[in-house]
Amino acid sequence: MSTPTMVDTDPDVRLSSPDEVLRPARTRRFRPGRLVTHLILFFMVALWTLPTLGLLISSVRDPDQLAISGWWTSLATSTISDQSPRLPAADAAVLENGIYVIRGNLLGDDDNRTIATFGGTATTSGANPAGATIELRAGGMITVEANGDYVWTSPTPFEYTTAPRISYVASMAPRFTTENYSTVLSANGIDRAFINSATVAIPATIISVMVAAFAAYALAWMKFPGRTIFVIAVVALLVVPLQMALIPVLRLHNEIASIFGVPGKGYFAVWLAHTGFGLPLAVYLLRNYMVGLPREIMESARMDGASHFQTFTTMVLPLSVPALASIAIFQFLWIWNDLLVALVFLGSQDEYVVLTGKLVDLLGTYGEDWNLLTAGAFISILVPLIVFFSLQRYFVRGLLAGSVK
Amino acid sequence: MLDQALYAIQIVAIAVLGFIAYYWGANWVLDRSLATNATMSHETIARRDRRRTRIRPWIFLAPALLLLAVYLVYPVFETLRLSLYDRLGQNFVGLSNYQWAFGNPADWFRSATDATGAPIIDAATGLPIVLNQGDPTFWRSTLNNVAWLIIVPSLATAFGLVIAVLADRVWWGGIAKTLVFMPMAISFVGAAVIWRFVYAYRAAGTDQIGLLNALVVAFGGEPQVWLGIPWLNSLLLMIILVWIQTGFAMVILSAALRGIPQETLEAARIDGANERQIFFGIMIPQIAGTILVVWTTITIIVLKVFDIVYAMTNGENGTQVLANLMYRWTFISGDSGRGSAIAIVIMLAVLPIMIWNIRRARAAEGAL
Amino acid sequence: MSSLKITNVNKSYGNVHILKDINLDIQSGEFVVFVGPSGCGKSTLLRCISGLETISSGTISIDGRVVNDVAPSKRGIAMVFQSYALYPHMNVYRNMAYGLKLMGMPKAQIKQKVEAAAEKLQLTNYLHRLPKALSGGQRQRVAIGRAIVRDPKVFLFDEPLSNLDAALRVQMRIEISQLKDQLPNTTMVYVTHDQVEAMTMADRIVVLKDGVVQQVGSPMELYEKPQSMFVAGFIGSPKMNFLNAAFADKFGANVVGIRAEHLEVTPTGGAWSGKVIYSENLGSDSYIYLDVGAGEPIIVRQSGKASYHAGDTLSVTPRLEELHRFDASGNPMPH
Repeated sequence: MSTPTMVDTDPDVRLSSPDEVLRPARTRRFRPGRLVTHLILFFMVALWTLPTLGLLISSVRDPDQLAISGWWTSLATSTISDQSPRLPAADAAVLENGIYVIRGNLLGDDDNRTIATFGGTATTSGANPAGATIELRAGGMITVEANGDYVWTSPTPFEYTTAPRISYVASMAPRFTTENYSTVLSANGIDRAFINSATVAIPATIISVMVAAFAAYALAWMKFPGRTIFVIAVVALLVVPLQMALIPVLRLHNEIASIFGVPGKGYFAVWLAHTGFGLPLAVYLLRNYMVGLPREIMESARMDGASHFQTFTTMVLPLSVPALASIAIFQFLWIWNDLLVALVFLGSQDEYVVLTGKLVDLLGTYGEDWNLLTAGAFISILVPLIVFFSLQRYFVRGLLAGSVK
Repeated sequence: MLDQALYAIQIVAIAVLGFIAYYWGANWVLDRSLATNATMSHETIARRDRRRTRIRPWIFLAPALLLLAVYLVYPVFETLRLSLYDRLGQNFVGLSNYQWAFGNPADWFRSATDATGAPIIDAATGLPIVLNQGDPTFWRSTLNNVAWLIIVPSLATAFGLVIAVLADRVWWGGIAKTLVFMPMAISFVGAAVIWRFVYAYRAAGTDQIGLLNALVVAFGGEPQVWLGIPWLNSLLLMIILVWIQTGFAMVILSAALRGIPQETLEAARIDGANERQIFFGIMIPQIAGTILVVWTTITIIVLKVFDIVYAMTNGENGTQVLANLMYRWTFISGDSGRGSAIAIVIMLAVLPIMIWNIRRARAAEGAL
Repeated sequence: MSSLKITNVNKSYGNVHILKDINLDIQSGEFVVFVGPSGCGKSTLLRCISGLETISSGTISIDGRVVNDVAPSKRGIAMVFQSYALYPHMNVYRNMAYGLKLMGMPKAQIKQKVEAAAEKLQLTNYLHRLPKALSGGQRQRVAIGRAIVRDPKVFLFDEPLSNLDAALRVQMRIEISQLKDQLPNTTMVYVTHDQVEAMTMADRIVVLKDGVVQQVGSPMELYEKPQSMFVAGFIGSPKMNFLNAAFADKFGANVVGIRAEHLEVTPTGGAWSGKVIYSENLGSDSYIYLDVGAGEPIIVRQSGKASYHAGDTLSVTPRLEELHRFDASGNPMPH
């Protein structure tokens, strides 16, 4: 997220251009090496897209395949080697026609694999093709089929204390699954974190947009002493680093909360914190927008007898919907994606932790469990992506309002 | 789960309604207590009208002012104060937190031992010199921050400009821009996971699952534990922020490029400028102001960068930055004095940008 | 009875003195036009009357009541803005009803008033349209309708026609004049920089320059008896010809002024002669630009088609009774 800096207040720029930003230009300005242009741009877009694409694809892959092969091979058959399941204990044998037989399946119920080769020791796993029959050191002959079924026969009773292992090389057909998601949702409290994130983000967004809108209107259209100073103060506060506020505010929260005998951390604290930290940008952008509304409309409403409150609710709010939408999206994405403020003012216990905090938690605990990480990450970026793709126009407009000269 | 959702909805509703009630209620009270009607004298009506007009701005502003004061203005001064106090904020310790961080400037460029390794004796006191060259991690973080400040804004702005220019020239430019812009919506933590996966390491000889190592192996190299390699690991973290911020630069610069009057480009073409000369001589100067705005905006973000480092390496292996260091001292080590001193350093770094912003704001206000 | 009285009004923004000691007495039902070059303070004066701007000193009273401190909505006025200031998110009906609703008028009465105004302005079929779906003329009428429904004592117009094209402007000019006849008791104050509008619509014209009232009078008074060179030059199209030096000395003045239609054309033997440098044919009449050696060419009107062309030599004689003589400070000298 960004904190656009001071800009001019030309309303035309804001109102006209943003809609067109993400459409191709109508005029072509250059005409050299067309193909080179396509190639360079394609390369850059690929660079920007592949990391996210990799995450998305990986999150729906089979956890075993994900762990051993790159996501770009996910459509190819992958090979797993050196799996060494132990055969059953000797007393599992049954007597069939005078021969002792142990039957079973090396692959268990995992029907996704096909055995290519097998052997009695780890080094001979590639020695015998599926369907072959070999002699085992523990005694008897074993036949292993491609589907994992084996028949181990011996004319004499099996006598071993430690069951031997069969090593094999199996190929795995590509498999896509949602089980990563169900695992991470149910076992790791991501669902809870999701609701926590929403509980933080939705009210904090509404409150900050509301507070900012009233203040922006006052700074844009009401006359009172010190107005310019307040405008400048808002601009100055735009760049105050958030980190700086954490200790003093947390102390203040704790002191105030102790008066009422409640904890200083909690949803209310985090809403107010997000509202406070987001206000400079929201007030600044909204004021810029509102200043650009036609003065005559305000004056006309005033002549019609509207008070400032009525002008605000009946004129300025309806006319500012595009700007309010941009700010709301901005705030929402910022809050949803925030880690630090939630960590400090809400804490990282399961009861309160937000999605970003949970994800950091997963990174620490399951740093190499990519099946959980990719699914968890995708859940955490799902809402921002939906908001982004459905409301991109407003998002762009908000950015431009804050930054274009 | 449902309970929690219902509870969440309840408190959301209460909080939002509370704020609405304030604004409507305060205005209603104002309009009621200073109401006018036809039976009053003209003077009374005028006086009450005036008084209402005078009070109402403060009703509109009060919540915002209060929040700004508590969450941004007060902390600036309180942090300044805490940076002069000890770890629990109880005893005044002067500048010693800063001395811990920066060391003694007189010691920066001298050494405690001579060429033979023997301690140097201070002539005045007769005691061996004890050097205070500051906290090494602090210096490393500062150095890293400087590297971030140089590399991230310049790369993001340059890539953004290139993509903005190229995308305007192809029919699928809109899609290209959307895709490049998309990382803007992703949280720093989400981006950290995405890139941890790109940088993932598997032992040599096995299949690589990280894109970067896979490429290295494909070109015949050895897979690396990227995040453990000093300096390169910092660069790899910076790439994440560049990846996120390029979309921002692109959108803004694209709009600025569109704003260039077509006539100036045509005039340059008639004057015989080639495409390269038009780009550098005509287009870039016209959007120089916007480039500066993009640059400073990304600079501010860089100074605040915390989440990426926190989630990727937590500052290990020489990747520490000031914001994360400050977090560690404050919340892990519980030393609010040192944490605050680091926060003040960050604040001082953004001060020039703040002043520049204020100047521009005042110029804009004056023009109104 | 005086409906709008402006006494010693001054207005400054910081050090900039915009209005200087304005005094005006406007009668009930009068149509008064403020004209002047841009920056003369005419719009500021109108906004002071409306209450959108406060005055620095002096008094403004409407119907005998001092309104200096009265809110705009309570002054009994209505205003039509240059850009119409229609509420873009409200349809025509709601635009007109908005002020009435804020007054607390019952719904039925609002409906009746809005519909009556719409009828008068031929807007009945458009009541449910949004402003953006209306033509320029229709928007203008909505703006007027919004003012009418308030039954104002004083109707203020701030350059209401300047956003319209030429043909529509003429039509709306006529409509506003008709409106004046329909509302005989409503005082109208109209600001324009277009002196044609002023001449055709006004009962009285107030000419302003640099925040000072130059002259107040009926259109013909201003045209025939300008009290300063500024007014003489500002009112009338084409501009009055001014000649100085030797040309004026002959008449015992510093500058003499003569309108284009008050010059008699003769091939030779007139008071001033020179070469035609340009002639403009308007069909009904034509204007000849004649270089008589007075610095700027003088403009001569001829009815019908121009019978002289660039390069011809021509002689003109001013009608003495229409000659304006001005002294060194620009004030008129008696005949």
